[in-house]
Amino acid sequence: MEAPGDVTTRQVFAEDAAPGLEIPELVKRCTPRQLVMWAAASGDFYEIHYDPDSARSAGLPGLVVHGALKHAFLGQLLHDWVAPGGRIVTFGCSYRGLDVPGEDLRCRGVVRRAYEQDGEHRVELEVWIEDPRGVVTTPGTAVVALPSRAGGG
Amino acid sequence: MTTGNLGADAKSPLVTEELRELIGHDWPPVVLEVDRPGIRMWARAVGIADAIFYDEDVARSRGFERLPAPPGFVGWPRARPGDPEPGPPIRGLHPALTRSVNGGTEFESVSPILAGDELLATTRIVDLKEREGTLGRMLIVSRETTYRRGHETVATMRQTVINY
Repeated sequence: MEAPGDVTTRQVFAEDAAPGLEIPELVKRCTPRQLVMWAAASGDFYEIHYDPDSARSAGLPGLVVHGALKHAFLGQLLHDWVAPGGRIVTFGCSYRGLDVPGEDLRCRGVVRRAYEQDGEHRVELEVWIEDPRGVVTTPGTAVVALPSRAGGG
Repeated sequence: MTTGNLGADAKSPLVTEELRELIGHDWPPVVLEVDRPGIRMWARAVGIADAIFYDEDVARSRGFERLPAPPGFVGWPRARPGDPEPGPPIRGLHPALTRSVNGGTEFESVSPILAGDELLATTRIVDLKEREGTLGRMLIVSRETTYRRGHETVATMRQTVINY
């Protein structure tokens, strides 16, 4: 069995990435501790992410997950899919709904288009995060470059 | 629920002439340092387990001279306590709107960012819009930051910040 985070034992190739292909899902469940770790790692110390009183006085139900952390989760989803030989070209998302600690956030992606650009085999994906009720809180898009079985980027 | 914070100004547009003049204007560039502990701390906070972000031998074996930055990481400013945040303020552009939520992020990578890099980050506001939503009257701020290593642009970040 593949060890967690061991991305070197397999490679997805451009030829595998047909439109409609769903990439392996990543499930994240944030704790307040992780939000504090993210505050320190990213430099975003806005109190609504670790001080429940501040969150409530800002009109929120309680602590909320940083938008940028959800963006980074989508970065992880894509990195784990394209590594070791591919690269992320762009990845972006909108924060349509709030997510809270203690819930499973499903990070998912589907291939929409494959094309060649700048000498690379590129794949455009729809990516998103959905909450346990199936609500897409964080819709986004991404472009990655994958190696080809025939060789070359 | 939050329109009250605008008080007597409730009718006047949020995107004032003064604010509109900020669009397209570059804020002073900021130096960002990309270091190994910062890379590892970011990867740990996200929960990325790939050894490439922790172990230089693994990074070298996969074609990187030094630890690569995880997706979206661009390093740290040399800020001292009390220094203003670099770039346009995240909240408070309009004095009545002191709170903010993040609206969206898009990161474009041109060239890998590596430990030891010093990046020059330049941010500008590319658009300002007023909208009415569940948070009341909102100022939608679209920002763009360009990251350069020497003369080479290595990445661009586009962000939407909602002030309310």
